[in-house]
Amino acid sequence: MLSISKQYIHTLAKKGLRADQRKMEEFRKPITVEYGISAKSAEGSARVKIGDTEVVAGVKTEVGKPYPDSPGDGTIMVNVELLPLSSPEYESGPPSIDAIELARVVDRGIRESHSIDFKKLCVTEGELVWTIMIDIYPINAAGNLFDACALAALAALKDAKFPKLENDVINYKEMTEISIPLEFLPVSCTIHKIADKFLVDPTRDEELASDARLTVAFTEAGKICAMQKGGDYPFTEEEIDKIVNLAAEKTSELRQFL
Amino acid sequence: MSYKRPDRKEDELRPMEAKVGVVKNAVGSAMFKIGKTIAVAAVYGPRELHPRFLQNAETGILRCNYNMMAFSGSGNRVRPGPSRRSKEIALVTTKALEPALDLSEFPKTVVDVFIELIQTDAGTRCAGICAASMALADAGMNMKDLVCAVSGGTVGDVPVVDLDYSEESYEGGAVDMPIAMMPRNGEITLMQLDGVISKEKLQEAIKLAKKGCLDIYKLQKEALKAKYKEE
Repeated sequence: MLSISKQYIHTLAKKGLRADQRKMEEFRKPITVEYGISAKSAEGSARVKIGDTEVVAGVKTEVGKPYPDSPGDGTIMVNVELLPLSSPEYESGPPSIDAIELARVVDRGIRESHSIDFKKLCVTEGELVWTIMIDIYPINAAGNLFDACALAALAALKDAKFPKLENDVINYKEMTEISIPLEFLPVSCTIHKIADKFLVDPTRDEELASDARLTVAFTEAGKICAMQKGGDYPFTEEEIDKIVNLAAEKTSELRQFL
Repeated sequence: MSYKRPDRKEDELRPMEAKVGVVKNAVGSAMFKIGKTIAVAAVYGPRELHPRFLQNAETGILRCNYNMMAFSGSGNRVRPGPSRRSKEIALVTTKALEPALDLSEFPKTVVDVFIELIQTDAGTRCAGICAASMALADAGMNMKDLVCAVSGGTVGDVPVVDLDYSEESYEGGAVDMPIAMMPRNGEITLMQLDGVISKEKLQEAIKLAKKGCLDIYKLQKEALKAKYKEE
């Protein structure tokens, strides 16, 4: 990014201002969640838009042998692909480190909150368990993919129904009415630090000018279930306190869109 | 064995939708939906082509990429990344679009077209080509014509247009023949065929597909105009 653009964003941030005239703690509008965007193919699917950022997510299910150390547990898998369709910044090829981090942060939010009871994904202990595969793709990557991807994954999970299992083989042509056992929605929010100020829902330029970020996922009861710090600069303990409080407030706002 | 379509006439396409300008970051973009198949295409470029030995000093190069999203298949999850199938489709898509395009103003560059399938019910390469040609037009490329694509063929020996997945896998046998054409001069830029068919039925199938292409052409033009009406 040009240093002059970075300077501009920092100068504005110092005054508590943003280039698109939003408040520091304000998300872009509109935020929309659309369900069943690939209903013919996927077990569950959703499209999330936050301002110009657009992300789609889909859920597929498979059955297979459980891991030997957890014979009674099914599992989930989260994959993010930063499509070159969605931004001139992305290139074809094996997943970039950014895509891997994104996928792992979304995965952790869902997995570590225990919002999906893996025991309920077991068909026959030691023999057959469900794997829930969540694939997330940005269509237009215009900043804050962390929150958009996490939201899209939750929406697709909420939308998903299991296909029919016949003699331990999946019949994808017949869906059941059984939803994925999702106890609650672990919504996350990413707070960025720019020039000692904190802001939410960065545009791509703000992301590039950001000093540091912290993603915090919350359970419905307001408990923290996953965190990830990124960026080049450190945080103090007081700053983390502040971020967690702001993220708590913002996630309850985001929750209303699901 | 005679086949009767349950919900449409033999020469009728599935319901379509087309929208231009669906990816803001791209130079040009479009969505094309036919039945339950949904394709999104985005164009980036002309931009410098690397590595340099791939550059052409005379003209820009078109490079298409075709990808099915992991959840877009009707059975198991589709493994991410290029497959032999997706690479071949990307190649024939490039060849289907190239004749309509003039990139001689941009030597040494590449124009990238990325096609993503969000949901599939057969006819994905054709839907991809339809979306891509609108996206190229939206990007303001020099073009002779739009490219329209649809499959013709036979199901149980009955000539039809725009086969869906259940028809492609019809027990009594089916022939699937994706075709792309430039409607202004009627030239065909994509031609593939799977299945066994007589010369007579082939002619009928081509006629049906060409007629289908004209319906698509109309919709593509409307979608392109609609973008500028809004603005």
